[in-house]
Amino acid sequence: MSAPFLSMERISKRFDPQLSLGDRIAARFGARVEDRPVRAVTEVDLAIERGETLGLVGESGCGKSTLGRMAAGILGPTSGSVALDGVPVLREGRKVTTRVQTVFQDPFASLDPRMRIGDIVAEGPVAHGLVSKRDAPGYVGDWLARVGLDPDFADRYPHQFSGGQRQRVAIARALAMQPDLLVCDEPVASLDVSIQAQIINLFLELRRGLDITCLFISHDLGVVRHVPDRVAIMYLGRIVEIGETERIYREPRHPYTRALLDSVPRLVLDDDALVEFAAITGEIPSPLAPPPGCGFHPRCPLAVDGCRRAVPELLDDGADRRVACHVRAAERAAQSGENPGESIAT
Amino acid sequence: MTPVTQPTPPPLLEVRDLQTHFHTRAGVVKAVDGVSFDLAPGQILGLVGESGSGKSVTGFSLLGLVDPPGRIVGGSVRLDGQDLVGMPVEKLRDLRGRRIAMVFQDPMMTLNPVLTVGRQIALAIRAHDRVSERAAYDRVAEVLSRVGIPDARARLDAYPHEFSGGMRQRVAIAIAMSHSPGVIVADEPTTALDVSIQAQILYEMRALARESGTALIWISHDLATVSSLAERLLVMYAGRIVEEGPTAAVLRDPRHPDTRGLLDSMPATAEPGTQLSQIPGTTPSLLALPPGCAFAPRCAHATETCSTEPPRRGAGDRAWACHHPLEPAA
Repeated sequence: MSAPFLSMERISKRFDPQLSLGDRIAARFGARVEDRPVRAVTEVDLAIERGETLGLVGESGCGKSTLGRMAAGILGPTSGSVALDGVPVLREGRKVTTRVQTVFQDPFASLDPRMRIGDIVAEGPVAHGLVSKRDAPGYVGDWLARVGLDPDFADRYPHQFSGGQRQRVAIARALAMQPDLLVCDEPVASLDVSIQAQIINLFLELRRGLDITCLFISHDLGVVRHVPDRVAIMYLGRIVEIGETERIYREPRHPYTRALLDSVPRLVLDDDALVEFAAITGEIPSPLAPPPGCGFHPRCPLAVDGCRRAVPELLDDGADRRVACHVRAAERAAQSGENPGESIAT
Repeated sequence: MTPVTQPTPPPLLEVRDLQTHFHTRAGVVKAVDGVSFDLAPGQILGLVGESGSGKSVTGFSLLGLVDPPGRIVGGSVRLDGQDLVGMPVEKLRDLRGRRIAMVFQDPMMTLNPVLTVGRQIALAIRAHDRVSERAAYDRVAEVLSRVGIPDARARLDAYPHEFSGGMRQRVAIAIAMSHSPGVIVADEPTTALDVSIQAQILYEMRALARESGTALIWISHDLATVSSLAERLLVMYAGRIVEEGPTAAVLRDPRHPDTRGLLDSMPATAEPGTQLSQIPGTTPSLLALPPGCAFAPRCAHATETCSTEPPRRGAGDRAWACHHPLEPAA
């Protein structure tokens, strides 16, 4: 088997607080100054094959955007390495490749309001010699057409467009760089449902047409079911489950994945149905002070003693799926191990 | 339909032909243009639509919270029989919080960052009730535990920034609940929250509506959330109600193409990996609405009549405003 196209190995990101002199003096005198580091991402292994779309889901603060930014080379990892096609994405803290491009959540913040959209899309390809200045207008027009915008819009400014159209411009800008990997960080989160559907359809079309590799980050489980081939679920800086999208949605193995899927409201079409809201008890722990052992154990219905002690490894769970859960690992060992008849229902 | 056998009690809130317009330099924006509905005690009403459909402005208008250049130019909002439109500010202020309250999408819009949580809820309580500071704090602890804040008494001295997003929204809900008002208007209260926290808040809001008889107007763009909570549904488009009825009936059998479009564009309703059906185009500018049906330019069923004549909303429990309503499902 060849090496994966994008590979992230044992990648971690820690944010250390930058204490000012004043903070340090205050801390000396006993003031409560936050000096604990935030462990945003901890020892994540992730691989994406060429042409594949991998979804990355999780709730706010789980580290999914940080992981995406490291894949895109925007942030350097504290430890571990990111390589695209065997080539490191970062060298000495600087992004060395233009082969990864990013689409951000907020198309109102990610487009320069004082640039015409034609210039926004042309800027990167011209600077990197993908197209000459003379040919740029035609090149930009092609890309605008591909994302469903009228090429005549090139001399308009971002404020003349709606949110959905701006997101199309942002996608055209990323694609015009002819990237090998597209990192999309919540690309539809700030859009209306009907506009969201338009952008999701655009992604599905582009993926078929361009054979692009994509890391698709979202907190919206409905959106993620629709776009990626495989999906990874993150909780508190670690991947807890990864596998083929439909399999995970049909039969989640990690208790967190299950609880997360259960808490998504469903469309109710029965007149007298009383919906049970299946809420996960408790709050997401702070990444400043993650609980020992498995990060999910304080909220987990299956937690046993061992969960409080050791961090579960992301282990094979059959059918191209990996799960980081002590209870599931024990179940699996019991099924395939020395005592196939033994039940785990303890 | 079962015939109504018992006389219906007078509605708690009666909104008639509400019109809120914004007078801007570019022209008059008719954000809310003739909205009417009733709300019974303890009822949960869902108000849905795309952004710009006027659902939030409707919510703000009910409490008289529209700032210039916006102004309620017509219609009435009767709460307990009193019209809130045109009511003197002092009188309105006495009703806000006590009889009608609001929960916003961003809890930090409600919470004062420099006051402890206990202090600001106590202020809200003492704004209407002459009670001692100590008695107010007792009630604060009580409302906080009612909205599911664990160990409420110990957290009275915490500041809003020390709470998570979900906890802050609970505090905002606790403030809205503190006088057991007749109506709470909740504008996208769970949109900014994670799904696991959203489920907790939905559960608690419904329990509160049941137990205290507080009616809820739940404004959201998320049909799934609304369908799990609201008994009745209003769908808004370009400042008008285009369809209404019992929630499940509307969603099962939408008659207005906009409702159908909203439903179909939900990723959850489509086969994974397939194209979602989408409403073409974008919401129209409220400055230059077409003379006929505002949805006509985006509608697959539109005819000549649609672009010239505004459709009239039918009467009754289940109504829609469309010249060519969709066929009911068999």
